[in-house]
Amino acid sequence: MKKQLLAVAVAALACVGAQAEDTLAKVKASGTITMGVRDSSGALSYTLGDGKYAGYHYEVCQRIIASAEKAVGKKLDVKFQSVTSQNRIPLVQNGTVDIECGSTTNNAARQKDVAFVVTTYVEEVRIAVKANSGITSIAQLKDRNVATTTGTTSVQLLRKHERANGIDFKEVFGKDHADSFLLLESGRADAFVMDGQILAGNIATSKAPADFKIVGEVLNVEPIAIMIRKDDPAFKKLADDTVAALVKSGELAKIYDKWFVQPIPPKNTRVGLPASDATKAAWANLNDKPAEDYAKK
Amino acid sequence: MTWDWQIFLTDDGSGRTYLEWMLEAWRWTLAVAGSSWLVAMGVGAVVGTARTLQDRPVLVKLANAWVELFRNIPLLVQIFLWYFVVPKIIPAFQQVPGFVLVVFGLGFFTSARIAEQFRAGIQALPKGQRYAAMAMGFSTWQTYRYVLLPMAFRIILPPLTSESMNLLKNSSVAFAVSIAELTMFAMQAQEETSRGIEIYLAVTALYAMSAFAVNRVFAFIELKMRVPGFVAASTGGGH
Repeated sequence: MKKQLLAVAVAALACVGAQAEDTLAKVKASGTITMGVRDSSGALSYTLGDGKYAGYHYEVCQRIIASAEKAVGKKLDVKFQSVTSQNRIPLVQNGTVDIECGSTTNNAARQKDVAFVVTTYVEEVRIAVKANSGITSIAQLKDRNVATTTGTTSVQLLRKHERANGIDFKEVFGKDHADSFLLLESGRADAFVMDGQILAGNIATSKAPADFKIVGEVLNVEPIAIMIRKDDPAFKKLADDTVAALVKSGELAKIYDKWFVQPIPPKNTRVGLPASDATKAAWANLNDKPAEDYAKK
Repeated sequence: MTWDWQIFLTDDGSGRTYLEWMLEAWRWTLAVAGSSWLVAMGVGAVVGTARTLQDRPVLVKLANAWVELFRNIPLLVQIFLWYFVVPKIIPAFQQVPGFVLVVFGLGFFTSARIAEQFRAGIQALPKGQRYAAMAMGFSTWQTYRYVLLPMAFRIILPPLTSESMNLLKNSSVAFAVSIAELTMFAMQAQEETSRGIEIYLAVTALYAMSAFAVNRVFAFIELKMRVPGFVAASTGGGH
């Protein structure tokens, strides 16, 4: 319950402090910039322990902060604030966090409260099963136990899919991704429906990665982006330009490769997820369209 | 900050509104809490009484072990053990529905605490009551049934009230074993709607209302069962 209470308390604070402000002026005045990071959002953003963080979005943010340092003309002290999916939006709104580098889906509802840097990663929702289960498609999951994680959009996705196709899953909910994967591993669930990179990450770090595979159609596509405050055109332009420069020099692809294909700390495992066509398309055609625009295609 | 309470009337993607979903979740919370309470009271009363038996050392030790086992392990860890670890050892456990697991998990955890209250209640009675019953030629069963327990139960009503309210709130751990109760609803719906504040406020109100209802029911029982001149509930005086 603590986390929820905190979310409410933080949100209450947000009511007071929520107003547009110029991030660049703010960081210039204070000499510090606060980066919102996640403890465990796959290879996008995660902790190495000891207050150290790493990941693909973490590294992209470091580049954006480097550009900000150039823009304000002085070295900034970077602070890290661990955020959760419950408190990340209020914390950005009230100025506790200046730039959130996690795994936030850019959608229309959130665009009312915050702004997003151009999409740097496109997530595909997939199905993980045991390699010997013989399941290859979502149609085969009828009346089977399907695991997913509480507090993610995949839960709603499954619900909509059931209704649209008139089929029934027996959903089991893990309280976090590790828990959901354990449901699959222990046989309580026949499949785990979640973001592709989370599935790949969990499989990579499991006891026997060869026992699991990712199968079936892409169930949903969601743009994942770095989150900043709304109505702050100067900072948004700086961040967008930084990402555009990284794409142009080919560096973004290299950073992606570093986190999703090469072995990564702390255990030197590989996520093994080369950039998807959807992610490459987002790089080729930089935009900050919400998830709703992707669904229309 | 703008409020958007309309969110409760929107469709959640399966043809029901968030309000309907929340009320359904509330029923799950009450079902989990109510069933666990029955388990906790039943087991707690037996174990707590067993801890005070005079000439049954084995039974006393067993009851002590029960209390220490369930009291010393965090609740969420216990639920996790029942859900993931026990089925590894006894595969048949895999078939037990999550609801039953959490009712017994939560029930056993609370039973340890209720057992302590029963023990305290019985030991708070003057020794003379037990001796008087023995002098009357009562058996152990009769001593407890007619002399000790009726008084002990009245003494422990206030802590029992708190414990029952705690149980209701602790039922939020059921979300860990995939029960669609209020806490799970809150976590899920706030993600889907991005209106976390409205959702959490509504859920908070439901928890508070339910816990307060438990409180009132117990206050009523306390009032009705009061023995004049013994533990006076309202005036604050003991004997």
